[in-house]
Amino acid sequence: MTVSERSEGAARLSVLKTYKLYVGGKFPRSESGRVYEVTESESRSGRGGRTGKAGKGGRGGAGDAGGAWLANAPLASRKDARDAVVAARKAFAGWSGATAYNRGQVLYRVAEMLEGRRDQYVREVGEAEGLSRAKAAAAVDAAVDRWVWYAGWTDKIAQVAGGANPVAGPYFNLSTPEPTGVVAVLAPQESSLLGLVSVLAPVIATGNTAVVVAAERAPLPALSFGEVLASSDVPAGVVNILSGRTAEIAAPLAAHQDVNAIDLTGASPELAAELEAAAADNLKRVRRPAPAESWTATPGTSRLTAWLETKTVWHPMGV
Amino acid sequence: MAHQKFAYAPAPESRAVVELAPSYGLFIDGEFAEAADGRVFKSVSPSSEEVLAEVARAGEADVDRAVRAARKAFTKWSALPGAERGKYLFRIARVLQERARELAVLESLDNGKPIRETRDVDLPLVAAHFFYYAGWADKLEYAGCGPNPRPLGVAGQVIPWNFPLLMLAWKVAPALAAGNTVVLKPAETTPLSALFFADVCRQAGLPRGVVNILTGYGDAGAALVAHEGVDKVAFTGSTEVGKAIARTVAGSRKKVTLELGGKAANIVFDDAPVDQAVEGIVNGIFFNQGHVCCAGSRLLVQESVQEEVLDALKRRMATLRVGDPLDKNTDIGAINSAEQLARITALAEAGEAEGAERWAPPCELPRSGYWFAPTLFTGVTQAHRIAREEIFGPVLSVLTFRTPAEAVEKANNTPYGLSAGIWTEKGSRILAVASRLRAGVVWANTFNKFDPTSPFGGYKESGYGREGGRHGLAAYLAEPGEAAGGRGEGEGELDR
Repeated sequence: MTVSERSEGAARLSVLKTYKLYVGGKFPRSESGRVYEVTESESRSGRGGRTGKAGKGGRGGAGDAGGAWLANAPLASRKDARDAVVAARKAFAGWSGATAYNRGQVLYRVAEMLEGRRDQYVREVGEAEGLSRAKAAAAVDAAVDRWVWYAGWTDKIAQVAGGANPVAGPYFNLSTPEPTGVVAVLAPQESSLLGLVSVLAPVIATGNTAVVVAAERAPLPALSFGEVLASSDVPAGVVNILSGRTAEIAAPLAAHQDVNAIDLTGASPELAAELEAAAADNLKRVRRPAPAESWTATPGTSRLTAWLETKTVWHPMGV
Repeated sequence: MAHQKFAYAPAPESRAVVELAPSYGLFIDGEFAEAADGRVFKSVSPSSEEVLAEVARAGEADVDRAVRAARKAFTKWSALPGAERGKYLFRIARVLQERARELAVLESLDNGKPIRETRDVDLPLVAAHFFYYAGWADKLEYAGCGPNPRPLGVAGQVIPWNFPLLMLAWKVAPALAAGNTVVLKPAETTPLSALFFADVCRQAGLPRGVVNILTGYGDAGAALVAHEGVDKVAFTGSTEVGKAIARTVAGSRKKVTLELGGKAANIVFDDAPVDQAVEGIVNGIFFNQGHVCCAGSRLLVQESVQEEVLDALKRRMATLRVGDPLDKNTDIGAINSAEQLARITALAEAGEAEGAERWAPPCELPRSGYWFAPTLFTGVTQAHRIAREEIFGPVLSVLTFRTPAEAVEKANNTPYGLSAGIWTEKGSRILAVASRLRAGVVWANTFNKFDPTSPFGGYKESGYGREGGRHGLAAYLAEPGEAAGGRGEGEGELDR
């Protein structure tokens, strides 16, 4: 006998979640105290889906997308972005110093946690992106599979991207890829979970730490993903997730002197150009947004190598 | 007794192997031409201040013409079978070997670096780079850049004056192997070897427009980088200019690699073989007058052996021979320009003013030309300008440390991350320290070694991308899914 059966007759009031940022392994509210309304994707409510979801708290308000109110997401500030960079920097030594095998184990554990919450994500992704249940399920499954794919790369990329160099002389000469450091990631706007996973996993699989800005209109799956990370074995600070206005949060990240690289995937071409120019101040590694990136295509290794430096070590040989 | 020392007799290399014309034009579309506005500048020998030749000074119109020539040539060049492109590169490599002596003398004249280095280091490496990348031209599908490797289009390349011909080789060889065409701007103080390279291309029968050389100043370089017909920008030079370039290309589709400044730590542990370490320190900072972005300009020596190492280092520095670059016994040649000499002088003076102790061996410097004696500073702290800023001259700053952890921390305490050195007999220490240094190249028990097969490039503000090896090739190939050949099919008006 379930609770709802017991309370038959009186409609049960569901428990709402207060969505929070994920920074340094904790779930803080924005220091600014600001929130913004997140609504169901218009495409879904427009199809006459579950509009006017008063049952979800009766606060069904009008968001900017015009769909039903889902939650108030934290509207992260410049200070939140800086705090996230501090957390990511603090976590870098430990995470980049972990063995590749260990990182693979940890990433795989994340996939396990994600799989376990599959139903939750199917609902959240469906609401966020206006997808049918079947399509949302396909997107979540693809996200889990993509994560597993990257988990398997942690201990292989060095062999693919590095190697011994046959120099003309008696030297032992080896090139090894190493993580570049703290990477700011602007998650794609159109794919709230699969897109997020596709850009985040390669950053941390290679030993970098990340500050991620979730999709502006559909941040809830990304914020929930923080719970998955927190309940797996990912050390605090390795991934930090912010929600809010992409342009507002991205500007201080692109200009931050302690950020080593920035993924502009989630930026419009105009914003991307502005951020790339700001990134030049400390010669951040920049990945520009691609015109039409498909999140279902085989990714190749370019998202891994984008965040790797090549270190070449020479040593004389002789007896 | 100093007066009993046997002196070296002068052993000058003959200048007769180089025929210098009084003036040179720009090399565009297979022909030498004057600059559109007729401007010229003079290239001066830094060791004598003698004017070597007058050279055309490229302006915006010339940049535009060269880029158009390169774009036109791209269609055919990129469509050639890789094996054919490879054969052109092999021919270039061979001609470079045949003309090695001429080019070595020319480079010493124009740059001021000792003939011993141009002859034994620069020229062999220049030829080796063309040989190495020649072999890649018909094997691109094995380079790890995806199953359908395609060139990017026109490469705009801007190179510095410290290794004029070698930097040209680092950039031109992989670009051509991958099927790109090239517009290259050498530095204004060392334009001559690039113009001679144009003649090497002519002898090798390279199709017109595949390589274009624009001699000129920074404005020409800036126009080249900004030109919308350029698909790939490659730059070696200062971090300051590198940042300006990164801003210029922001928001464009241009692919960029930057090889910028450095402030390398050369770390000597207490168990290092002192004589070898001293040779490595000398090679690290005095090679090429210290005009090396990866120079070991910060010596970090373990406190317990500081005295022993410094004594040996000073003894060794006293034997360095400074003077005529064309003399085969010369170790340290001329500073490349009056401007560079002024910069080195100012920074060295700042070192003294900030309280570091300056030392240089007694040495007589020639009267004409630009010279700076090999110099070392002791009592340097991490806050000193000479420990933070790239000097790009024969000036070594000595700092000390007690533990490996402190050495690593001090070594990494810089916005740069190009190179580093480690001197110790303990293998496990080499590996542990090397893995913790944030630098693109780490030389253990050696320094300043280069090879075409070995990727070179920096972390942090030393720039992005690698040159050399398979990694260097990737910088000239489109990533899978990326539009190649500039604006893709049905090229724009630039093509007509």
